Amino acid sequence: MSMSETQNVAEIKARNKELINEVLQVYPEKTAKRRAKHLNVHEAGKSDCGVKSNLKSIPGVMTIRGCAYAGSKGVVWGPIKDMIHISHGPVGCGQYSWAARRNYYIGTTGIDTFVTMQFTSDFQEKDIVFGGDKKLAKIIDEIQDLFPLNNGISIQSECPIGLIGDDIEAVSKVKSKEYEGKTIVPVRCEGFRGVSQSLGHHIANDAIRDWVFDKAQGKDAPAGFEATPYDVAIIGDYNIGGDAWSSRILLEEMGLRVIAQWSGDGTLAELEATPKAKLNVLHCYRSMNYISRHMEEKYGIPWCEYNFFGPSKIAESLRKIASYFDDKIKEGAERVIAKYQALVDDVIAKYRPRLEGKTVMLFVGGLRPRHVIGAYEDLGMEVVGTGYEFGHNDDYQRTAQHYVKDGTLIYDDVTGYEFEKFVEKVQPDLVGSGIKEKYVFQKMGVPFRQMHSWDYSGPYHGYDGFAIFARDMDMAINAPVWKMAETPWKAKPKPHLMAAE
Amino acid sequence: MTQSADNVLDHFELFRGPEYQNMLAAKRELFENRRDPAEVERVREWAKTAEYQEKNFAREALTINPAKACQPLGAVFAAVGFEGTLPFVHGSQGCVAYYRSHFSRHFKEPTSCVSSSMTEDAAVFGGLNNMIDGLANTYSMYKPKMIAVSTTCMAEVIGDDLNAFIKTAKEKGSVPEAFDVPFAHTPAFVGSHVTGYDNALKGILEHFWDGKAGTAPKVERQPNGKINFIGGFDGYTVGNIREIKRIFDLMGVEYTILGDNSDVWDTPTDGEFRMYDGGTTLEEAAAAVHAKATLSMQEYCTEKTLPFIAGHGHETVAFNHPVGVAGTDRFLMEVARLTGKEIPDALARERGRLVDAIADSSSHIHGKKFALYGDPDLCLGLAGFLLELGAEPTHVLATNGSKGWAAKMQELFDSSPFGKNCKAYPGRDLWHMRSLLFTEPVDYLIGNTYGKYLERDTGTPLIRIGFPIFDRHHHHRYPVWGYQGGMNVLVRILDKIFDTFDANTNIPSKSDYSFDIIR
Repeated sequence: MSMSETQNVAEIKARNKELINEVLQVYPEKTAKRRAKHLNVHEAGKSDCGVKSNLKSIPGVMTIRGCAYAGSKGVVWGPIKDMIHISHGPVGCGQYSWAARRNYYIGTTGIDTFVTMQFTSDFQEKDIVFGGDKKLAKIIDEIQDLFPLNNGISIQSECPIGLIGDDIEAVSKVKSKEYEGKTIVPVRCEGFRGVSQSLGHHIANDAIRDWVFDKAQGKDAPAGFEATPYDVAIIGDYNIGGDAWSSRILLEEMGLRVIAQWSGDGTLAELEATPKAKLNVLHCYRSMNYISRHMEEKYGIPWCEYNFFGPSKIAESLRKIASYFDDKIKEGAERVIAKYQALVDDVIAKYRPRLEGKTVMLFVGGLRPRHVIGAYEDLGMEVVGTGYEFGHNDDYQRTAQHYVKDGTLIYDDVTGYEFEKFVEKVQPDLVGSGIKEKYVFQKMGVPFRQMHSWDYSGPYHGYDGFAIFARDMDMAINAPVWKMAETPWKAKPKPHLMAAE
Repeated sequence: MTQSADNVLDHFELFRGPEYQNMLAAKRELFENRRDPAEVERVREWAKTAEYQEKNFAREALTINPAKACQPLGAVFAAVGFEGTLPFVHGSQGCVAYYRSHFSRHFKEPTSCVSSSMTEDAAVFGGLNNMIDGLANTYSMYKPKMIAVSTTCMAEVIGDDLNAFIKTAKEKGSVPEAFDVPFAHTPAFVGSHVTGYDNALKGILEHFWDGKAGTAPKVERQPNGKINFIGGFDGYTVGNIREIKRIFDLMGVEYTILGDNSDVWDTPTDGEFRMYDGGTTLEEAAAAVHAKATLSMQEYCTEKTLPFIAGHGHETVAFNHPVGVAGTDRFLMEVARLTGKEIPDALARERGRLVDAIADSSSHIHGKKFALYGDPDLCLGLAGFLLELGAEPTHVLATNGSKGWAAKMQELFDSSPFGKNCKAYPGRDLWHMRSLLFTEPVDYLIGNTYGKYLERDTGTPLIRIGFPIFDRHHHHRYPVWGYQGGMNVLVRILDKIFDTFDANTNIPSKSDYSFDIIR
């Protein structure tokens, strides 16, 4: 039930404002004041969404956020496939994040590839009391012994490491020397640092800068690497369900050469080669703008944000990327757009009639709260509420300036309570969020898709991905099950908040 | 281009077409700096050898693919088994996101839990303010009947004192004085999730029985004829607890389930999200002190709780996750002995049906070798069942198993001729298991979802029993306890055996004999 059909924008805005006031009533005064700054109704023409962001989550409210370790090990480092990533500390963090993110890769797992394995120092009380540096040194030895084909090691710090004063940098240096300059990267991504995953991304980016780039400095490009004028690196694509692959194929088809993937299906060699790129193309701005800016400053590599969700944004992005290159590439972009037009037309012809006018509420992580809006609009759907788990103000600026419509409900670091109430009152046709939210809304009878993991589907990036995206949204919304949620003998008229019903 | 609107290909098929295959081959060739395939093959073969196993078992510091999680996960499990209870984990917030995701991936259900969201400043000054604000917010927003507090390793390392913090929070008005806030310290660097379950459950009982942290008089025990039942950390809790209730009701036993998760992790889809559902009521939890006896289904989940309960004058009995005929017999006979109730004929008939099923099918299981891993009690229960099926539980591994557990396993092996060549591996992980499966192969592997990597690498068919099960749906709804639970386990094992027979005999004009219709 689209609001736009029954209400004008002024009514929607008034309703959303009232809704915000209503949810704030539940909080103690101090908390209400803090949460009020994170909730807003978007005003067209404003340069941002009018919410505060990247601030500490409030204790006890059921934030959806994770931690810096999740941002570093779970997002940035974990997918680098030929390195071994040690979850350094107690067993849990590595256990809960073990193979949970579907960063697809090709390789012989356990021999030359290690993404879906859980390496942990499994800290015991004595490690907390006496420190874990000796244990870490021994772990590195044991890794070298048992996994001789690993190309590098990263140490992903869990909370205790920073609290007990371990010197993982010193251990890394000593061991790197001992193993002939092996890349060993200490990462200070303890979970208590910062306010969310976001600082973990930043710390992980900095660790690549300091322990991969700076280490390679002065060396020639990796063996066998010959630069071409068309070299680009894909930055900020984690290859969830193969996203980076369905993106890479388009860049290659337009005549570019993708020399690195950061970090889905990526390798250490690809990281090391990236300073040779002519352009960095950046998908997840939030998690990898830091390293892109660094490469711009240090190596003079320009970077360009793009969006490969949905044909409108894909075409726009292909042309934008091509604008950094010569006519050959510009023609290549047009050729690619033309090649896939028939597929796009077929997908839209098939799915748009089933999805036209349906409304969506989103709450996701780094780029998706804005990036997927275009894909929904290509299918005739409307995003009526969105928010970031760990966005910063620059994310909300991009959202306001390029994506959301007037009157959209905006909720930053939404709490469980708020999200549930918003959905209950707005009654969207679809909610897109994460595993912790999925079953809450499905119980309420609201169709749902996980928009972190693509609900175990995907890829969603690129033209091939758009077909899957469209199919999945259709199967979520139009599944017969949602007509059965209500027990027939208990059926009562649905309480719609919408005044114009 | 292979994609089309008529036949949408997703990751299962999309990347198998020539366009993607060529692209990926070129990526590998030009940019990945991969190792020489011959070298990869050499190391892959080497990693199957006894020599590699020796190195692997000589590991002292590194843990690879462990089959255990950390304490607070167990604390959350225990807490949500009480009516209207919201688990509150004091420490870093990312941990709570992980526990909630972990349970939701297993049960396909929402899991509500809050964090005190401690960050750098709390690391320096302590998390008292986080506790004060956190309890106040949780109380106002989610209207729980009880908030059960546990800790992440961060709060433990800096030494936050839950008892004092909760007291102060109450003084500051975060929650009413009389509001129930039991707590347990659950350091992630001690024990595993089963330890956390134990600590949290003990914390809750201590709260209700021993004067609510000095704010109420201790309960005077007035023994009655009831018994308490503790399930322990159990991935099948939904099916199991319901089965136990059914059995108790059949026997006419008066009982209290301490920690009943069977409803909160199995709520209907009917338009309403139930944040809380079912659970042991707080009155029942308090009154449970009066019971004459307490049964724990999992000894290693209640190593502190049971002695605590015994200290209150209960007779206590611990089982090791009994599965199958003899295990269920012992359980029922203990219940009968403790309560003076007779085991009704209906249960004797269920027993007979399980024996009947075993008689029908055991020829397909007899003499087969199994590798098995999981929590210590589950390993004991399943190994016991395998022995009574005439199978050999050749390798039994518990990452969170102690030497005492291994001794107990050995006792079990020694009790049966089928246990002769079987061995327990305490404190080992799934990379150790990988070596074992190569050097001393078995016919089948029993374990959780992560066993699929072992199945892939070693070719040992995996029977999914354990926690977590992420990649199969709804198993948790089916009990593995009681005779009917034993039937479910038997069928699950047999299905895999028959599927394996079929998969190995299905190539026409090559291996199509033995592809039998009747088995």
